[in-house]
Amino acid sequence: MTEPAAVTSPELAPAGAGKPTTWSGRARSRRRTVSDRLRGGDLGLLPVLAGLVVIWVVMQILNPVFLSSANLTNLALESVPVGIIALGVVCVLLVGQIDLSVGSVSGLSAAVLAVLFVDRGLPAWLAVTASLALAALIGWFYAQVHNRIGVPSFVITLGGLLGFLGVQLWILGPKGSINLPFDSGLVAFAQLQFLPPWLAYTLVVVGAAVLYATGAARAAERRRAGLAAASRRLLVGRSLALLAGLGAAVWYLNRDRGVGWMFVFFLALVLALHYVLSRTSFGKSMYAVGGNMEAARRAGVDVKAVLTTAFVLCTTLACIGGMLSASRLAAANQSSGGGDVNLNAIAAAVIGGTSLFGGRGTAFAALLGVLVIQSISSGLTLLNLDSAYRFMVTGGVLLLAVSLDAVARRSRVSHGRA
Amino acid sequence: MTAESLSSPHEPSGGPLLSLRGISKSFGAVAALTDVDLDVFAGQVVALVGDNGAGKSTLVKVLSGVHQPDAGTVGFGHGTVSIPSPATAQRLGIATVFQDLALCENLNVVENLFLGRELRGLRLDEVTMEVRSRALLGELSAKIPSVRVPVAALSGGQRQTVAIARTLLGDPKVIILDEPTAALGVAQTAEVLNLIERLRERVLGVIMVSHNMADVRAVADTVAVLRLGRNNGVFDAAEATAADLVAAITGATDNVVSRRAGRDRAMGDRSVRAGGERAGGERPADSGTETAHKGDAS
Repeated sequence: MTEPAAVTSPELAPAGAGKPTTWSGRARSRRRTVSDRLRGGDLGLLPVLAGLVVIWVVMQILNPVFLSSANLTNLALESVPVGIIALGVVCVLLVGQIDLSVGSVSGLSAAVLAVLFVDRGLPAWLAVTASLALAALIGWFYAQVHNRIGVPSFVITLGGLLGFLGVQLWILGPKGSINLPFDSGLVAFAQLQFLPPWLAYTLVVVGAAVLYATGAARAAERRRAGLAAASRRLLVGRSLALLAGLGAAVWYLNRDRGVGWMFVFFLALVLALHYVLSRTSFGKSMYAVGGNMEAARRAGVDVKAVLTTAFVLCTTLACIGGMLSASRLAAANQSSGGGDVNLNAIAAAVIGGTSLFGGRGTAFAALLGVLVIQSISSGLTLLNLDSAYRFMVTGGVLLLAVSLDAVARRSRVSHGRA
Repeated sequence: MTAESLSSPHEPSGGPLLSLRGISKSFGAVAALTDVDLDVFAGQVVALVGDNGAGKSTLVKVLSGVHQPDAGTVGFGHGTVSIPSPATAQRLGIATVFQDLALCENLNVVENLFLGRELRGLRLDEVTMEVRSRALLGELSAKIPSVRVPVAALSGGQRQTVAIARTLLGDPKVIILDEPTAALGVAQTAEVLNLIERLRERVLGVIMVSHNMADVRAVADTVAVLRLGRNNGVFDAAEATAADLVAAITGATDNVVSRRAGRDRAMGDRSVRAGGERAGGERPADSGTETAHKGDAS
């Protein structure tokens, strides 16, 4: 992914000439430089990109296997379940809430899938639908408790964390573990299915072409309306950079097994959420609710509906992540969704640049954040360091990310951009 | 409806756009408003002044649909209306800019202007929204560096402008501004006062709640004084002196403000007295500009 901040930055270019308004002359102010933005606390995705580069370099120095095609292929697949859960966490953080129960909900979803699919013998699609429906219901329930009774989401989902872990253990029964058959489509999707190289390259080319086409259409529309627009050079350069970057990545991964379908699915979800957040009125109302709930309410935004949707999105995405995790493991057991899944997902969202204070963050935060988390985990595993070290390092990185968020926020306040 | 405001030169012909008659509102045993009348004409700036607890905020909340009056009628346009909710007020065309402005600081100017009424919700029409935002702010001669900066980067006066511009998108007939110049600097206050004059040029009825007598006298056409929840006079802003207003607000010609003014004058140069403000000696009723009393409700 190229830096998505580039999508919105062209508007900062000098305003179109010939506007009769008295203030547009002032709008012809200097383009905000990158360093200005950074000092002003407008960090965007830069810290996480820099962090990712540092981690990759350090890990590669410590163990030359780290950046091998085989390991990166694995890393991409391993990132997906937690990444999808983190995508849901981004949604609730954006509206200024939190969901601490994503791990439990993902584990419960995996258990429901396994019980219905294996024990009850239902078709896979029905088991998946039922699991999704249950997760959506959980999110709806959280939202109702929050909207009607006014319990903070922190407490509701803390209850959910424990409660749904209990339900998970209960429905798994005394056996405690259910294996998913290897010949089922679910396991194949999560473990074995990779894009054929021609398709992967085609997707890269289509992606770059779509990026250019949408950018050019937008720029043309803006120019027709007399507004500042991105230059052709910028648009072409951006698309070529995407083409080169993704092309190289695909080429490198294809030296091993290639690009997993599951990772493509994750990318599709990220892009879909990115579209919703940046191009729809619902996305704007999510930012508004997270930024100033009272202002959003007075502006006519249905705040309760926005909160409900955010909670439902979060638990539903947690369910998808849980089901993929179980499919990848080919089993749902008592520890599905347990351990560090919960905190890794929340940490990924925050490390990716989603503010814990609400109203700030993008869908790409989940993608980049989870890559950081999984890179640390993968690198330390390659060094034969057990989870003790992984927890410590991940905890340190999380603390660093949250501190960065807090410092950036303070800097925004002092630069008048809170 | 009584044609009680004929003495004011600023009022266009025709009936008032908004006319309150006998509005009363109690909160338990506390009577916040008693039998209050108020008229606002199109293209007129009415300043609503009064001391703390005079009922200004309650009156604003009645008009914006937050509170329901216990008694009295609200005439709007050609009939009487009831305003059971803020949404109803907005639908009628009564827009209120509260003191906290209610802007989302993390969103940019365009997003704030169109929040809750975005064009083409499933694929935002950002170009049209930006063009309309710039046109609107241009009409208001607003000094906003760029419509793409987050509101957090704007000054207090600029934020006030954005908040007022947002209400204009709903095409209101009456705009109520709650303390628009409180907490603003000198230059920013002047900007907001210019903006209020531009609202008058757009033939909107403007109600401006304020504590600042200088601002009130600078832009208002008429000044309605509330005291202890009752009307305490409507003044022509061009003729009323600050002393008249202060006397009406405090309910006493000999008040702490006039005593202070008198003390300053006694210490200062007596010879310039005639050119400046009159000492707080006259009763408001004697000034000849008071046009309405609480007793003449129809």
